[in-house]
Amino acid sequence: MKARAPLLVALAVLLLPLVFMDLRTYLTLTVAGLAMGMLIFLVAAGLTLIFGLMDVLNFAHGALFSWGAYAGFSAAVLLERRWGWAASPSVAANGLLLLAAIAVAVVVTVGLGVLLERIIVRPVYGQHLFQILITLGATIVLEELIRIVWGPNDQVMPVPATIQGSWDVADVVVLRVPVVAIGLGLAVYAGMQALLNRTRIGLIVRAGVENGEMIQVMGHNIYRYFTGVFAAGSALAGVGGLMWAIFSQSVRPTMGGEQLIFAFIVVIIGGLGSVTGSLVGALLVGLSYNYVAYLVPKAAIGVTMALMVIVLLLRPTGLYGAAK
Amino acid sequence: MDTTILEVEDLHTHIGQHHILQGVSLRIRPDAVTVLLGRNGAGKTTTMRTIMGVLHPTRGAVRFDGRPIHHLPPYEIARLGIGYVPEGQGIFGTLTVDENLRVAALAEDAASGRRLKQILDLFPDLDRFRHARAATLSGGQKQMLSIARAFVNPNRLLLIDEPSKGLAPIIVLHLVDALRAMKQHATVLLVEQNFAMASALADDFYLIDDGRTVRHGSMASLAADHELKKKYLGI
Repeated sequence: MKARAPLLVALAVLLLPLVFMDLRTYLTLTVAGLAMGMLIFLVAAGLTLIFGLMDVLNFAHGALFSWGAYAGFSAAVLLERRWGWAASPSVAANGLLLLAAIAVAVVVTVGLGVLLERIIVRPVYGQHLFQILITLGATIVLEELIRIVWGPNDQVMPVPATIQGSWDVADVVVLRVPVVAIGLGLAVYAGMQALLNRTRIGLIVRAGVENGEMIQVMGHNIYRYFTGVFAAGSALAGVGGLMWAIFSQSVRPTMGGEQLIFAFIVVIIGGLGSVTGSLVGALLVGLSYNYVAYLVPKAAIGVTMALMVIVLLLRPTGLYGAAK
Repeated sequence: MDTTILEVEDLHTHIGQHHILQGVSLRIRPDAVTVLLGRNGAGKTTTMRTIMGVLHPTRGAVRFDGRPIHHLPPYEIARLGIGYVPEGQGIFGTLTVDENLRVAALAEDAASGRRLKQILDLFPDLDRFRHARAATLSGGQKQMLSIARAFVNPNRLLLIDEPSKGLAPIIVLHLVDALRAMKQHATVLLVEQNFAMASALADDFYLIDDGRTVRHGSMASLAADHELKKKYLGI
């Protein structure tokens, strides 16, 4: 019962905006909010495990988000120029383009993630200040590299025709891209839960999140697991970046940094190291941001901060965080 | 040379600026229980943590079966066959009892299954609460789980840090029985403040004071030496 309490309270609060708007607007905003939440979740899920498992503050996570977006963007542009897969009315061609873009984003960000962890993060284990400095430094380098490779300006992301436009469901306009984002987010969440709860690697990672020293004196090489978690987290950030590029139909070099702040807030709201906490936190942030942006546009950024403050006042360890 | 499973030679360990161990030397006989005694802050836990590789010594050596291990990371030391039951138990509270035991088992084979059954016979409570989250266990049950985790693997040496801390006397009696059963299977290095428990279990003792080993000998000789007990243990 106690575990469900935060969820029930959250649901009740999320119905509140209905008082101020009609149902159709509410549903449109809800879909948009859930989609935004899912994209933030992709970024936050990696961040929470990286921080939970090794106590590493990774500010380069946002740069991986941008790199995933640009890598996927390049793949999509290439396929569109060559064979016109994005504009093509064929669902198969559209799907292949999307899959290829995701695959390229994953490969590139996993590679970058492993390099970052081995070269930059490993020497500064246990030293938060150095972690912040060096990962911020890496962010600057990675962002500048994007400017060198792809140029400094915004570019238009080719979006597959199948997921452009909207469906009309009982007079409610449902945009397709957000639905795809929601589906992808749920699939990632289900996959992570299965991996964490049903495999031995997941068991060791969960134990390591709670007590990293104990897992080492039991004979598990936590560094090896951590490299894997870092790579997986990087891949999630990359996929999140790509989905964000499709969602906003554009890519730009600073896109990752903007999302990172949301992701950190979500990690804190959800509780460090908790994937479920990240999902709930991300959805809360996405939904409340969209409701408030419609009702009181100027307060939209503030509401995420307010949400964090309220959660921390009620539960200092976050919604699902275990006290360490 | 007499047989020694673990040898600690003139160990010095710093924690931050503090010079905690200033010359700890131990020779642990195989198949015996050796207890480390000394006041709070004498360096008993630091000795254990240095042996386990969690802390790195600034001087001195640790040898297991004659092989130096003090430069190895903790996970390699553990895989040599050294089990560690830390002070405060180190239980994974968000995991179930069963998951705690499974994460500890380095090989899930027939032998570890047999050892698991043995340990669950010793601690029937663990079997009963097998699917409960470990955070919901009582202090005594958590201690049993922590010891059980170290016993799941075919460890030849168990380092057990203050198992009786914070437990009710009746639970301590049960622990003494369980540890007695375990000494059939492994060499034990024990830190224990409870002198009654220490003398019930230990064959040998080492006395640590201000980060140095000052005395050692057989437990029987210490029990008779009131002067020594008074000077270093205040009893």
